[in-house]
Amino acid sequence: MKKAIVFNKVKKNFGKLEALKGIDLTIDEGEFFALLGPNGAGKSTLINILAGLMKPTSGSIKVMGHDVIVDYQNARRSLGIVPQELVFDPFFNVREMLRFQAGYFGKGRENDDWIDEVIEGLDLQDKANTNMRMLSGGMKRRALIAQALVHKPPVIILDEPTAGVDVELRKKLWQFIKKLNQKGHTIVLTTHYLEEAETLCSRVAMMDQGKVVALDKTRNLLKRFSAKNLNLRLDLQDKKIPASIQRLIQMTDQNFVTFLLKDITEVEFIISELKKSKIAILDMELKNSDLENVFLKLTGSKK
Amino acid sequence: MNFKDEFLGTWTLLKKELLRFWRVVFQTVAAPVITAVLYLLIFSHVLANHVKVYDNVNYTAFLIPGLIMMSLLQNAFANSSSSLIQSKVMGNIVFILLTPITYLQFFLAFLIASIVRGVFVGTCIYLFALLFVDLPMLHPWIIFGFAIIGGALLGTFGIIAGIWAHRFDQMAAFQNFVIMPLSFLSGVFYSIHSLPPFWQKLSQLNPFFYMIDGFRYGFFGQSDVAPLLSLSIVTAVFIVLASITLGMLKSGYKLRG
Repeated sequence: MKKAIVFNKVKKNFGKLEALKGIDLTIDEGEFFALLGPNGAGKSTLINILAGLMKPTSGSIKVMGHDVIVDYQNARRSLGIVPQELVFDPFFNVREMLRFQAGYFGKGRENDDWIDEVIEGLDLQDKANTNMRMLSGGMKRRALIAQALVHKPPVIILDEPTAGVDVELRKKLWQFIKKLNQKGHTIVLTTHYLEEAETLCSRVAMMDQGKVVALDKTRNLLKRFSAKNLNLRLDLQDKKIPASIQRLIQMTDQNFVTFLLKDITEVEFIISELKKSKIAILDMELKNSDLENVFLKLTGSKK
Repeated sequence: MNFKDEFLGTWTLLKKELLRFWRVVFQTVAAPVITAVLYLLIFSHVLANHVKVYDNVNYTAFLIPGLIMMSLLQNAFANSSSSLIQSKVMGNIVFILLTPITYLQFFLAFLIASIVRGVFVGTCIYLFALLFVDLPMLHPWIIFGFAIIGGALLGTFGIIAGIWAHRFDQMAAFQNFVIMPLSFLSGVFYSIHSLPPFWQKLSQLNPFFYMIDGFRYGFFGQSDVAPLLSLSIVTAVFIVLASITLGMLKSGYKLRG
């Protein structure tokens, strides 16, 4: 299998802060890969180095075999990057922007059919001749994605692509991106929305504090950390949760308490202990473990 | 990578830069032309009978080449500097940084766009000026040469300013504390021979002076300094600035962290 992206011991320091502490990661061609992690984990720094917007302190990255520094022109030809911020050029309309972007990559009029295809795929036909300034946030997001695709890059990076995008549009975007993946494009996405990674991505890397803390097939990760969550809404008032079940708590948020269960029989135990302490249960929900759990466990953070 | 791709990349970036100022032509061309014409009307009216710089050249005619060149220089600077600072503040500069465009292509596109805007503004002022006065054009090639090298010098300077500044007020400081004094202390409105010795010496350190003086020679065949010397000085300054700019762009200074 050919390698789409190879990160080799990538380090980045900002003064004394070690933003990336040696990232080793290989993403195969055709993968739908997710890069997860809390704010400040180093995802965006890693993407910026990949894109050539930043230089690594040490280490190297190859895209489709091309080093992003030594052979940056071919590396950038192979990459389509959708930036996180909704940046746009206020002087031009959508189609002009797309033509310019293609031109920077050495693609001229012969590329117009592909631009039309991208415009259609992202449902931008009605807005193709509208100035970027006049587009809504969701439309700007689509235009940004279109811009990343104009040169038909084999590897597509989406940095938080659905931040601030409504549910309807989010669905459409994923449909379009899934189609690209089926056509053979490698997709890498960073996201806060763990459920997106869970349903879309075949493999997941989790980053925390500049390191990859887990890397596996999504379903393996879920299996490895298989457990059930018991979400309760309690009428706590001034009472305290009994010590006997404190150790099962995964997180609390005022009256909402999540218990992490290894065994379903623990439900009974928790309920009886709460009864003993005269804490009323207002609502209850039992859930299978999701990436969020895995993530919290790995990063050891409690909200 | 091949030559055709690189050519198309440079051409596209140049076209984008040209279209950018053309979209706001009222602000980028009409405004400086009107300003220059106002200078012309007022100064020539007030000073016409008081200042005589060269024999056979009336003051209004003397003023015009200086005004053309001053506007050309200021607009060449404004084009690259404002485009860059806007793209940086808006964040859309990434659309260029993510592409295979090399630092040399980047430089050429911004440089040529600046020259085009400067020369275009200058040409418009020239055409307006013809309504007021008969202007000789003794050495068209010298006029053309100084216009191009002047536009190139200030376009390059604008790239440096645009890369260096990261806020609009820093750019305004550049305009007000560097570009404006240099353009006014350059002999646009007078011959530096009419200045006290100290200011004469100071003016001789100002590259704007040589650009304007040489440009004026192209019209009247008379100047304060030999045009070849002016051209050499201006070219040398351009080479220095261009080397600095290329070094900045190559290293990714302030553009690639």
